[in-house]
Amino acid sequence: MGSEDAEDQREGGRELMTDSEVLLQQVIIGLSNGMIIALIALGYTMVYGIVELINFAHGDLFMLGAFLALTIAGALGLDAVSEGALFSWGILPMFVAAPIFCGGVNWCVDRLAYRPLRNAPRLAPLVSAIGVSFVFLNIGLLWGGLPMEVFNMGQTAAAPKDFPALVSNENLLGESDITLTISQVLVFVITVPLMIGLSVLVRFTRLGKAMRAVAQNPVAARLMGIDVDRVIGATFIIGGALGGVASVVYALYNNTIYFQMGFRVGLDAFTAAVLGGIGNLPGAVLGGLVIGMIRALTDQYIATEWTNVMVFAVLILVLIFRPAGLLGTHAQEKV
Amino acid sequence: MGGPLLKAEAIRAGYGPIEALKGLSLSVAPGEIVTLIGANGAGKSSTLLCISGIHPIRSGAIHFDGERIDKLPAHDIVKRGLVQVPEGRRIFPRLTVLENLQLGAYLRKDLDGIKNDFERVFALFPILAERRAQAGGTLSGGEQQMLAIGRAVMSKPRLLLMDEPSMGIAPVLTAKIFDTIRELNQQGLTILLVEQNAHLALQLAQRAYVLETGQIVLEGPAQELLADPRVRKSYLGEE
Ligand SMILES: Nc1ncnc2c1ncn2[C@@H]1O[C@H](COP(=O)(O)OP(=O)(O)OP(=O)(O)O)[C@@H](O)[C@H]1O
Ligand SMILES: [Mg+2]
Repeated sequence: MGSEDAEDQREGGRELMTDSEVLLQQVIIGLSNGMIIALIALGYTMVYGIVELINFAHGDLFMLGAFLALTIAGALGLDAVSEGALFSWGILPMFVAAPIFCGGVNWCVDRLAYRPLRNAPRLAPLVSAIGVSFVFLNIGLLWGGLPMEVFNMGQTAAAPKDFPALVSNENLLGESDITLTISQVLVFVITVPLMIGLSVLVRFTRLGKAMRAVAQNPVAARLMGIDVDRVIGATFIIGGALGGVASVVYALYNNTIYFQMGFRVGLDAFTAAVLGGIGNLPGAVLGGLVIGMIRALTDQYIATEWTNVMVFAVLILVLIFRPAGLLGTHAQEKV
Repeated sequence: MGGPLLKAEAIRAGYGPIEALKGLSLSVAPGEIVTLIGANGAGKSSTLLCISGIHPIRSGAIHFDGERIDKLPAHDIVKRGLVQVPEGRRIFPRLTVLENLQLGAYLRKDLDGIKNDFERVFALFPILAERRAQAGGTLSGGEQQMLAIGRAVMSKPRLLLMDEPSMGIAPVLTAKIFDTIRELNQQGLTILLVEQNAHLALQLAQRAYVLETGQIVLEGPAQELLADPRVRKSYLGEE
C-alpha cells in the first residue's frame, strides 16, 4: 500500500498525487463502475423478487444492448466527439433504442422460455435461463461478424470492438490531478434518476403495488384480480430496459465492447444482487456500489490479479454473517 | 328473475393422482348465506379455489350469474364480482394495511365508490383505520382476518367466498367476525362460507352442505342439519 505503487501505475508522467488524491480518484472510478453494475443488478433482483428465478440470460441481454448501440453508431456514421463538445447527440437514439430493444427481448424471453415453466420444478426455468444465455451469446458472436465498418467488416467476429468516444473524456476538474470526466458524470446523471424513478414506481404506482403483491403472495394477488402473468411480463420489460440503458452507459464509459462482456459484467451484477440481498432493490444498488469500490481499491492498492478474489472473499464473508445479504432482512425479503 | 347466483355442477378436480373433488354440485341463491362444512381434507378449500379459478377443474361446469366461468382466468372472475377471502388469510405481509386494502380495489375505477368502501371497511373494523400505516404482517391473527375481509369488501363483491375465517383466532374475535358476516349479508352480500366450526356456521347460514372426501353427502336448511343426528355426531362433537 502507499503512494509508490500508485506512482508506478500512473502513466503519462503526471504530477505525483497525494495519498488522499489517489484514494479520491479510486472512489470516483469505483462509484462509476458500481452504478453501472447496480443498474444491471436491478434486473436480476427484480426478476428474482417476483418469480424467484435467477435470470442467467440477463448479462447477455445487456451485451446485446451494447451491440445494438454500436450498430446505431455505425449506421449513423458517428465518430468520436469533437474537441470542446461535451457529447454527441448520436447517443440519444441509443438511449431510446437499447432499452426498448432489451425490454422487448426480455418480455419475449419470459413469454417463450419461462412462462410455460411457471408451475414446473424450480430447476426447469433455471436450465432454460442458461439455454437463453447461450443463445444470446451466440447471437452476439454472429452480430459482431456483420459486415459493417464498426465491426471491422466482420473479419474478427469474436474480437473486442472499439466503441467511439461519443462523450468527452476531458477532465471537468481542469488542471487538477484528479480526473472526473463527462462520461463519469453521465453515468450518474443517467443512473441516479432511473433508480429514483424505479423506487417511486414500485412504491406508489398501481403497477408497483401489484408487483409487490405478486412477489409476496401470488395466489392472493390473483384473488385481488391482478393478472399475474402481465405483471411478471411488465417486470421483465422494466428489468430488461434498465439493462439496456446500462449497456449504453457501459459502452460510452469504457469505449470497448465484446461478446463475452455479458458474462463478465453480469457476474459482477449478479454478485451485487446477492450481496445486497437478492430481491431487494436498494440492496442491489448498494451491492453494485460495494463491488465497484472493492474492484477499484483492489486494483489500486493490491493488484488487479487479486480483484476477483477480493470480490468473492467479501461476498463469502457477508453471506457468512448475513446469509440474506446486506439489506435482506430474512430469506423472504423481496421486491 | 330467480336462478342461482352460483351453480357448480358435478365438478371434479385433483392434484396429480389425488382426486380432491369427485363430482361435487352446489348452488347459492342471491342474498343467501350458505355454508359448506366438512372434516379436514374433505375438499372444502379445493372447492373454493376451483370456483375462483385458482385451481382448474377436470370436468363439470361452474356458472356465476348465468355465465360459465370455469374456463376463465382468476382475474376475470374477480372482475365479475366473485371474490374470495382465502384460507390462512393470505394478506400481503410487507404492504401496509392501507396498501392491502387498495389492492382489494385493484380492478375498480369508480373513485367515489372506492372512497365509500374505505369508510365502510373502517366502520366495520375501526382497528384497521388505526393501523393503516402498519405492515400487514405485524397485525395479530384476528386483525389479519379482518384485513382479509376488508380487502375482499374493497373488491366490491356480489358473492363472497370465505374459507375458515375463524381459523386460529380467539373466540371473542370469532364472534365479532361472524357478526360482521351477518351484517355484510344484511347489506345485500351473498356469502358462501366454509367452516370447521360447524356449530357457528350452521347457526349463521340459511342453507348448508356437508362435504365428505370430495362429495356432498348431506344438504338442506341449516336448522335441519343442526338437528340431524349424523351431523350432530360427526361435526358437532356429540355422541
Ligand atoms: N396442493 C396440493 N397438492 C396435493 N394435494 C392437495 C393439495 N391441496 C389439497 N390437497 C389434497 O386434496 C384434498 C382436499 O384438500 P382441501 O385443502 O380442499 O381440504 P379442506 O377440506 O379444505 O381441508 P382443511 O379443513 O384441512 O382446510 C386433501 O386430501 C388434500 O391432501
Ligand atoms: Mg381448507
